[in-house]
Amino acid sequence: MNGVELRGVTKAYSGLAVMKDINLEIEDGAFLVLLGPSGCGKSTLLNMIAGLEPVTGGEIHIAGRDMTKLEPDERDIAMVFQSYALYPTMSVRKNIGFGLKMRGMARPDIERRVSEIGELLQITPLLDRKPSQLSGGQQQRVAIGRALVRDPVVFLFDEPLSNLDAKLRADMRVELKRLHERLGRTIVYVTHDQIEAMTLATRVVVLEQGRIQQNDTPENVYRRPANRFVASFVGAPTMNFLDGKLVRDGDAVLFDTGAGCLPVAGLPDHAAHLLDRPVTLGARPEHLVFDDAGCAAKVLLAEPTGPDQYVRVAVAGAEVTARTGPEQVFRSGASVSILADGARISVFDPDSGQAIL
Amino acid sequence: MVEPAHLAARRQHPDRRWWRPDWTARVALIPALIITIVCFYGFIVWTFIISLTRSRLLPVYNFTGFDQYARLFANERWWTSMQNLAIHGCLFIGGCVVIGYGLAILIDRGVRGEGLFRTMFMMPLSMSFIVTGVIWQWVMNPTLGLQEAVRDLGWVTFEFNWIVRQDRSIYTLAIAGIWQQVGLCMALFLAGLRNVDPNIWKASRVDGIPVWRVYLHIITPMMRTVFFTVFILMSAIVMKAFDLVVALTGGGPGFSSDLPARFVVDHILNRQELGMGAAGAFVLLCTVLAVISPYIYFELRKARGAH
Amino acid sequence: MRLNRVALYGLLIVAAFMLMAPVLIMISTSLKPMSEIRGGSIFALPTDPTFAAWGKAWFGDCTQAVGDVCQGLSSSFMTSVRIVIPALILSVGLGSVTGYALAAWRVPGANLLFAALLVGMFIPPQVTLYPLIILVRELGLFGSISGLVLVHVIWGVAFTTMMFRNFFKTVPQDLLKAARIDGAGFWPLFWYVMLPLSLPILGVAMILQFTYIWNDFLLGLTFGGRSGQPMTVALNNLVGSQFGEKEYNVDMAATMLTALPTLAVYLLSGRLFVRGIAAGAVKG
Repeated sequence: MNGVELRGVTKAYSGLAVMKDINLEIEDGAFLVLLGPSGCGKSTLLNMIAGLEPVTGGEIHIAGRDMTKLEPDERDIAMVFQSYALYPTMSVRKNIGFGLKMRGMARPDIERRVSEIGELLQITPLLDRKPSQLSGGQQQRVAIGRALVRDPVVFLFDEPLSNLDAKLRADMRVELKRLHERLGRTIVYVTHDQIEAMTLATRVVVLEQGRIQQNDTPENVYRRPANRFVASFVGAPTMNFLDGKLVRDGDAVLFDTGAGCLPVAGLPDHAAHLLDRPVTLGARPEHLVFDDAGCAAKVLLAEPTGPDQYVRVAVAGAEVTARTGPEQVFRSGASVSILADGARISVFDPDSGQAIL
Repeated sequence: MVEPAHLAARRQHPDRRWWRPDWTARVALIPALIITIVCFYGFIVWTFIISLTRSRLLPVYNFTGFDQYARLFANERWWTSMQNLAIHGCLFIGGCVVIGYGLAILIDRGVRGEGLFRTMFMMPLSMSFIVTGVIWQWVMNPTLGLQEAVRDLGWVTFEFNWIVRQDRSIYTLAIAGIWQQVGLCMALFLAGLRNVDPNIWKASRVDGIPVWRVYLHIITPMMRTVFFTVFILMSAIVMKAFDLVVALTGGGPGFSSDLPARFVVDHILNRQELGMGAAGAFVLLCTVLAVISPYIYFELRKARGAH
Repeated sequence: MRLNRVALYGLLIVAAFMLMAPVLIMISTSLKPMSEIRGGSIFALPTDPTFAAWGKAWFGDCTQAVGDVCQGLSSSFMTSVRIVIPALILSVGLGSVTGYALAAWRVPGANLLFAALLVGMFIPPQVTLYPLIILVRELGLFGSISGLVLVHVIWGVAFTTMMFRNFFKTVPQDLLKAARIDGAGFWPLFWYVMLPLSLPILGVAMILQFTYIWNDFLLGLTFGGRSGQPMTVALNNLVGSQFGEKEYNVDMAATMLTALPTLAVYLLSGRLFVRGIAAGAVKG
């Protein structure tokens, strides 16, 4: 009931379309992450849901009602910003209570709500400080408190963790996830950070150039990217792409780039129709396995990261990155043998870029 | 999570309000809009219309084309005042820029009591042109002022009686004007100097470049926009200069130190030559616009960039 | 190096002396009796300081009174005060709201209006003087304090608007968005968020507007009539039209009295004035 629905939403700035026919249904209680590179329109989309930017066309429904033309404060939403956007001249207490005050809530009620939120977020000792006296993490807690106190049907987060350092970001991620589980409210969360998307989301929408590229669970966005853009944007190091043909060689299947071959082990049966036509093979580093059954390849460089190591190898006339454990030592120039795990790879149409496996 | 009762009760949506806050923003702009349209641009047009008529004491609307402009350009006093504007403008702006920049550099060298010096340099700025004029009229008084004081010291042939000399009175305006405005120029230049990347100073010290060369060849070219701003601001002050002439020389002796701004006011208020005064005002406006248009262009581009 | 420092301080002290000298001469002259002025140099300090000239400048000299003109600057001082207070509040108030509406809200044509105001700031007052006279006269305000307040607000609003608009443009967009979502409309956003943020700029605008309005001469001369003469106009009349021997000590005392309010504001406000003057320099 308390979800969000976008119907044919478009946005144009002086005739230039930046949002093209966005249709999106966000279920009640979902944690939806809008993921995309900067400039893909994800923040614009969030601002339109908030009512901060007017839509050019289409409708926005929140909690089952058409809110397209309503002011931000009439939509029963709350928003948390990257810059925290705390009112610098107000104490933390006043910051959190401001929205309630504007809605005409009685002062004792405001006081009670604010102290409840203070308890919940463990910021009670900070309530009488000014935002400038707080650390970045504390400021972000206050910003979240300001959103929570109003108890809206939908929470909007605009890159809320981007200004925090790495360790704090990880802590806040955990906390946000707990908060979502506890409140069960719908969250729309904008980020360009795929780790945040993977860890937090129940649903990920990948945006690029004002279009939805994929709308799926985080697992599927990673495992079954809908197209080359999603495949290359999600995952680090990025997916390896090879152009060529899948061909049968006896019992085995090989990927033939024209300059050499890469064995593909365990390709599912329903992929048979992909044989003998030009395709793009997409293999994440962990889909490439060092195995004696593979074909000959040459190590170019090994990058140990601690738990893993990424090995850059030349195979079939191309350079690819493979992931493996840290135990084995790879010397530059050494000969190895490598194959692709056919059960996990992606195959794309070389012209449209759409996934065909 | 189970919704607390007091929140569940609250969860009803208000209908769309009939009044939008951005309408209030528009309403709030109405006074400024009226002032701009009526009192700035409407009145300019009105003045222009008057300048096309025969109006003397009161506006009459029988048009005579550009007759008033012809009369204006045939008027000797107008030409004197325009010539004076050119002389005064060059001296005043040049003096303010050179002295102001010099003072700014001196202060920028890191002196003790910087605040005190700055306070003293800028003090004249807080005084009105009338006060400035009256003070300098006294200082330059030919019988009891500076001239007499220096002669008393023993230099009996010393002459400083410009204020009563037809051919010199215009220069006294520049002296008093520079005295009053040089602090502003100093402050603007100092702000510019303080914006210079300190690494430039470190680099030039490493390279062993003498300080004066750094100022001349590196810092001064970097201050282009500050020079530009100072020039525009001082120009605007020169063109409007009215109070200072009135208080210092009264435009005299004769009309030898008259300026267009005073010419216009005199013809509109005292001489019952409304039409010609309006024509003079319009010519003055065109001069101002010619000088400030690059600045306005600059400012607006900046304003758009800020979006 | 050491020599350089000496030269540096030497130059600064000479410059400071030259800039301060006229002010010191003004003060010292105002404390001398006329006999001492006639007999001595303007640089000489008063041997026998007296505030007689100050009294005469302030209260007027009734021994030389012509008709009812037995007034010094005291009455015009009160006139100036009665002009400056409402004109200050109204012009800064209107400028802050206008600047805020232009900077923080989506208003069609906002940039055009701002450009028009910016240009308007440079229009010499002489150009619109006569139509303004007619406007004020038609409103029945000519020669009254209210009339002068009105013209000061008209002339000041472009400047105050520019100051506030430029300041409010630096407020992060996110803050405005947060306030919108919290339900703050036009006035609550102004009152609770923007105005408290703008306190320093408010101070600057107040100081500069006070200085401009107090120091104005042309508008006071044109619109004041006989009853609404501000202090600058009265000073000019006093200096320009004395009967008999010119009393320079009274002139200088009157000048000092006229300059004192803005001088005091300048000295008390310190850095705020310096900061503001750079931002608001465009008004001559």
